[in-house]
Amino acid sequence: MTPVTPNSFASGPPALIGLGPIAWAKKNLFSDWFNSLLTLIIVAIFSWGLWRLGSWALTMAQWPVIPNNFGLFMTGTYPPALYARIWVLLAIICALAGLSWGVLARNVSILFSRNVRLGLAAIGAFIVLFPPTRPSALKLLPLVALVAAMAAVGRQGGRRFPGVGKWISLAWFLSYFVALWLIGGGLGLTRVSTNDWGGLLLTLLAAISGIALCFPLGLLLALGRRSALPVVRWLSTAYIEVVRGVPLVAFLFMGQVMIPLFLPVGSRPDRVLRAVIALALFSAAYLAENVRAGLQAVPRGQREAAMSLGLNTPLTLGLIVLPQALKIAIPAIVGQFISLFQDTTLLSIVGLAELLGIGRSVLANPAYLGRYAEVYLFLAVIYWVFCYAMALGSRKLEEKLNTER
Amino acid sequence: MAHDSSDRGFDLKAMLRDERFWKIAFQVITLVVVILLLSFFLGNLNRNMIQQGKTFGFGFLRNPAGFSIGESAIKYRPNDPYWRALGVGLGNTLTLVTAGIALTTLVGVAAGIASFSKNWLLYKISRAYVGLVRNIPLLLQLFFWYFAIYGTLPKPENQIHFFDLAYFNNRGVYIPWPGTAVLALLGIAALGVGAIAAYYLWRWRTNIRIDRGTGGLPQTLALASLGLGLLLFLTLGMKWTIPHGVEGGGVTGGLRLSREYVAALSALVFYTSAFVAEIVRAGIQSVTKGQWEAARSLGLQPGLVMRLVVFPQAMRVIIPPMNSEYMNLTKNSSLAFAIAFPEIYSVATTTYNQTGRPVEVFLILMATYLILCLIITLVMNQLNRAVQFKER
Repeated sequence: MTPVTPNSFASGPPALIGLGPIAWAKKNLFSDWFNSLLTLIIVAIFSWGLWRLGSWALTMAQWPVIPNNFGLFMTGTYPPALYARIWVLLAIICALAGLSWGVLARNVSILFSRNVRLGLAAIGAFIVLFPPTRPSALKLLPLVALVAAMAAVGRQGGRRFPGVGKWISLAWFLSYFVALWLIGGGLGLTRVSTNDWGGLLLTLLAAISGIALCFPLGLLLALGRRSALPVVRWLSTAYIEVVRGVPLVAFLFMGQVMIPLFLPVGSRPDRVLRAVIALALFSAAYLAENVRAGLQAVPRGQREAAMSLGLNTPLTLGLIVLPQALKIAIPAIVGQFISLFQDTTLLSIVGLAELLGIGRSVLANPAYLGRYAEVYLFLAVIYWVFCYAMALGSRKLEEKLNTER
Repeated sequence: MAHDSSDRGFDLKAMLRDERFWKIAFQVITLVVVILLLSFFLGNLNRNMIQQGKTFGFGFLRNPAGFSIGESAIKYRPNDPYWRALGVGLGNTLTLVTAGIALTTLVGVAAGIASFSKNWLLYKISRAYVGLVRNIPLLLQLFFWYFAIYGTLPKPENQIHFFDLAYFNNRGVYIPWPGTAVLALLGIAALGVGAIAAYYLWRWRTNIRIDRGTGGLPQTLALASLGLGLLLFLTLGMKWTIPHGVEGGGVTGGLRLSREYVAALSALVFYTSAFVAEIVRAGIQSVTKGQWEAARSLGLQPGLVMRLVVFPQAMRVIIPPMNSEYMNLTKNSSLAFAIAFPEIYSVATTTYNQTGRPVEVFLILMATYLILCLIITLVMNQLNRAVQFKER
C-alpha cells in the first residue's frame, strides 16, 4: 500500500479543477505499476461481483416476499382494523417534524430551495414507484405534503415567536406518551396487547424508550464515577465495570428470567418493558463511559472558576461542566445510541417480534422458504438508513455546536 | 482548633450550610438507598426461590448434563457432568475468539491503512466498507452469512474446492491441518517464539551495523537458519493432512470447520474489522504532518515511511481503543448461539433450561466473560506499555 500524507485528502474531495478525466485517472488510478495492477484487480473483482449480484437480483431472487409482507415488516401482527391509529401517529410525527424543521430553518431565505424541492419530489416518486409503498401512496403522499406545509408554518411561527423552540421540545416529549397511548390503547381506545406490537414499530419504540431511559442513568453514573465522594464513586465504578463485562444477550435473556425473580412474588412486568429495561440498564454503563470521557476533557479551571463565582456543586455541574462535556461527547453518545438501535435486534432472541424477529418468522413461512438473501438485504437497508441518518445528524449537530471556528 | 462545640451549642443552620456535612450526608443517603434496594431485590429473590422450592448452590454442576454438543475441542459425552459441558462451551468460545481476534487485527489494520492509499478505488472501497458494515446490526449480518452465504453453498455431492486444498459445501469448510492437536499447538508456539527470536536477532544485527558500520554476518546467518528451520518444521514436521473429496460427496482428511463456526467467525471478523479500521485510521491521522515530511525528506520510500515512522507512532493511539474492540468481539461471540454454534452462552442457556437455575448460571456466565475480558485487558496493557512514549 502506498501511503500519502493524510492532509492531501483530509478535507473533502480532491481538487478536480483543471484536471481532465484522463489526467485524473492517471493520477489516482494508474500512478505507477503497483497502483495500476491494484486498479485492474479491483475492477476485475468488482465487475465480476456486480455481475453476479445483478444477475441474482434480476433473475433468481424472488422479491414478492417483501411487498406481500410489508405490513408485517412495518407493524408486526398489529390488528389491521386498528391501522388508522398508526396513521394518526405518523401524521402527528410528520407534523412535528415539519414544524421543527421550519423553526430550525427560520433564518434561511428560501425554505424550499432547489435541493429541498428535488428531495421532496424524489421521496414522492419513491413512494409511488416502490411496490411495497404503492398501495398506501394515497396516505403517504399527503403526509409528505403535511411535512412541507408544517415547515412553512413553523418558519413563519419561528420568526414571529422566537421562544417557540422550547414548546416544540415539550411537544416531542408529550408525543412519546401520545404514541404509547395510540399504539397500546386504553383510555377509551381498544387495548392492543404488547404481543401484537412488532416490526419496525417495535424496533423504533424500543430504541427510543431505551435511549430515553439510558441517557439520564448514564449521565448519573458518569457523574458518580467522577465524583469526589468515595462511596458514590465505588458504587458507580462497580456497576459500570460489571455490566460492561457481560454480553448484552446474556443480560437480556437473564433479564427476561431474573427481573421477575427480583420483584415481589407474583408480579411479572410486561415482556417488552422487561426487555427495554434490560437494554437501558446495559447501555447506560457504556454511555457513562462516553460521558466520562467528555467530563475529563473539560479543563479543571472551568469548575474552579464556577466555584469561585459562588456556584454550588449542582449548579456548577448543570450550568458549566455538563454543557461543555456533553458537547465534546456528542459523537460518542450518538455512536452509543446507534449501537443501542442495532442492539434492539437482540430482542428477537428473547422472543419479541421486532424487525429482525418478524423477518425470521416470515422466513419460517413455508411459502417463502429459502428467501433469506432477499429478506435480510431488505432489513439491512432499513437498519442502514436509520443508523446512517443518526450518524449524519450527529455530524450536523457537531458542526452547529462547534463554537471554535 | 480552638472551637469548642459545647460552648457554641449545636448550630443546625451552620451545619446545613457546611459543604462537608452534605458530602457525608449524601454518601450515607446513597449507601442507605442502595442497601435498601439490594435487600428488597435479594429478599424478593429469596422468597421467589423458596416458593419455587430451590436453594442457592452450585452442586448441580456435578449432575450429568444429558444433552449432546455438536462440536467440541475436548472429549465430551452426553452423560458427562454439567461443568464439563460448560467447559466444552468455553473451549468453543475460545477457538472462536482467538481466531476472531487474529483475523480482525489483520483485516482491520489492512482496511485502515487502505484508506490512506493513493489509489482512489482502494480508498473508496475502504470507506464504503466501514460506512456499510458499521451501520448494520451484527445479528443481521450473522444470519446473512449463515443462511444467505454459507447456507447456499452446494450440497456435498457437488461441493466446490480450491486447488484441492480446501473444500466448501453446505456442511462446512475443510482446510489442511496438522496431524494432531498437539502438533498444531506446537506449530503455533514455534511460530511465536521464532518471531520473537527473529525480532531480537534483527535488532542485534541493526545495532551492530550502526555501531561499527559493517559486520553482523553471524546474526544474518542465524536469522537465515532460524527461518529455514521454522520453514522445515512447519512444512514437514507437522504431519499435515490435506482434505480430499470423496466420490459421491463428502471429504476425508483435513480439518472440518462447521458451517456455524465459519459463519460466526466471518460475521465477527467482518463486523469488528470495520471498527478496527476506523481506529487505525484515526491513529494514523493523529501522527502530525511533519513526521511524514521529515521521513520523506530523509529519502525513505513511501512503504518505509509508513512502517518505520508513522505506524509505530500511531500505535500509541491505536492500542487503547483496540482493547475495547477485542472485548466487544469476545462478548459478541455469544451471538453465535443464535445460529446454534455451541459456545459457552449456548451451553449455559441449555443448562438453565434443564436445571431452572437462572441465578447460578448467570453468575457463571458473568464470571467467565469478566475473566476473559480481564485477560485481554492485561495483555493489551502490557502491549500499551511497550509502545508508549519513552520520555527521558
